[in-house]
Amino acid sequence: MEMKLKYAIEGTLLRVELNGDYLEYDDDKIICGLYEAAENEQVRTLDICAEKLERWDSTLLVILFNLKKTARRRQLEINTQSLPAGLRQMLGLAFSVDRKPVGEKPQQTNLLVRVGNWGIGLFADVKKGCSFLHDAWRSFGRFLFGTAVMRRVDFLYALEDCGYKALPIVSLISFMVGLILAFVGAVQLKTFGAEIYVASLVTIGMTRIMGAIMTGIIMAGRTGASYAATIGTMQVNEEIDALKTMGVQVGDFLVLPRMMALVLTMPLLTMWADFMGMLGGGFVGVTMLEVPLRRYWELSVEAISLSNFMVGIFHGFVFGIVIAVCGCYYGIYCGRNADSVGVATTKAVVSAIVWMIIMTGLITIVCEVLGI
Amino acid sequence: MTKKVQIAVQNLTIGYGDFVLLKDLNYNINRGDVFIIMGGSGCGKSSMLRVLTGLVVPQKGTILIDGVDFTKASPAKRNDIMRRAGILYQSGALFSSMTLAENIALPLEQYTDYSKREIKELVSLKLALVGLAGFEDFYPSEISGGMKKRAGLARALALDPEIVYFDEPSAGLDPVSSRLLDDLILDINRNLGTTIVIVTHELASIFAIGSNSVFLDGESKSILGYGNPRELLKNPPNEKVYHFLTRGGNEHA
Repeated sequence: MEMKLKYAIEGTLLRVELNGDYLEYDDDKIICGLYEAAENEQVRTLDICAEKLERWDSTLLVILFNLKKTARRRQLEINTQSLPAGLRQMLGLAFSVDRKPVGEKPQQTNLLVRVGNWGIGLFADVKKGCSFLHDAWRSFGRFLFGTAVMRRVDFLYALEDCGYKALPIVSLISFMVGLILAFVGAVQLKTFGAEIYVASLVTIGMTRIMGAIMTGIIMAGRTGASYAATIGTMQVNEEIDALKTMGVQVGDFLVLPRMMALVLTMPLLTMWADFMGMLGGGFVGVTMLEVPLRRYWELSVEAISLSNFMVGIFHGFVFGIVIAVCGCYYGIYCGRNADSVGVATTKAVVSAIVWMIIMTGLITIVCEVLGI
Repeated sequence: MTKKVQIAVQNLTIGYGDFVLLKDLNYNINRGDVFIIMGGSGCGKSSMLRVLTGLVVPQKGTILIDGVDFTKASPAKRNDIMRRAGILYQSGALFSSMTLAENIALPLEQYTDYSKREIKELVSLKLALVGLAGFEDFYPSEISGGMKKRAGLARALALDPEIVYFDEPSAGLDPVSSRLLDDLILDINRNLGTTIVIVTHELASIFAIGSNSVFLDGESKSILGYGNPRELLKNPPNEKVYHFLTRGGNEHA
């Protein structure tokens, strides 16, 4: 079989012969050999003969492009006259760059510089976060004095969205958590014959912390993400620019209704989650431990303490602020393309969950100190 | 008759962080002008507009609007200046959760003490002016791209501004819609005496409506041409401006 691509060094001349079809041509051995030959110190001229060339595609074009780049770098003379006109034009087009990158791309820096840059970035983020919280607080102040530019319909819509519309998912997850808590507790307590304490275990666990945490996680994934995506899309669509240039405070218009809605609904949802968790525990108590429903309910009610209940509600209140702040913050500081909306949404959910855990730790320590 | 300068850009340098996009720019926009800010893609036209509208703080220099330094003005003063300006964004930037009427009513509610009835009547008038009478209760998602721009223009005109800024008004429009929007801009300029500042690279629009222009160049970070676009075509100050105004020199506009 005749070789398609042939090359030979004749003194200072590298002769390249192209025969037949070059469709999806990928003979690496020959191509690499040709590139090596073009790098040969003796070679001063490249002569490409393409009289017998028939069909070709980009695989041939890339070989010629690389050869021409080598020729330019090494200042070799190159003869492409026998190439078909189309191929010559495409080759010319590939070299007709009308724009060069502006400025130099940042070089890879050493570890110390990168740590320094990370620190500077972190400081800037903290500053931005504080400024956002300050703006949100001022918006709330304006609301109290009746000067905030907030549409009532936006608040009602947000209230609806994070209120009764969230009930089904909060109910389901809380019921399941109560059920799992009771099941795991029952298996352990049965070994001591103390399965009757399952009701107390579930009630205290749900009202003190689990109800609030589960509601917080659900709402961070559901509502926090929705806030970040909605406000982020408004940023992409220049709607936030339009608000700013109209002199409307973004905090009043976008953050305030969402934050107030979540802060109002989170304690209520937490209460509902507590109840559903107890119901889930009751299901295990009645079906698995064969405790009469009435007795189980009495034991549960006995286990409820006002302090546990209020600590749970307070968690819900704090989580409401955390979720709303994270969702709105990442939405407002979202970039200006579709990808950045996805990034903002992810960051909003992850940071809300992280901050909820941090706040839980802080509240637990404070409660411990206060003896609650 | 010489026109009065409304916007004076003095020694303006625009950039982000350490990066300088445009350097030491000086030009004036006269009252009643249809002023075009033009240049190739990525030359900083939109950034220029963001600085003119106060969304981005310049690295250096000043912008005087009716003699008041806009760049160093207090938030209250800045709001006062922006109250007299309207902006039509590239996408229209209508608030998707509001109807067209609510969109247009927002600046009126923000800046005026008009009653609900007065606002409703003004909204209907503004929509009628841009050819969208009867679309009050439509949401932005229910109308076409061209209609969104018109509705955006109605919102920009809500407060009878002295200056209206346009960011790529023809982008995404078919030639007929683009021409109709150009006519509308000219009508507003002629009938209301509004100063129009347009960021665009659409040659048809530039020659059809531009009375004065500035050509920004990203490579030299400076102004390469300043004057009436037709005059710039007749007497191009340099090759880059000529190439731009003649679509690379291959086709005469």
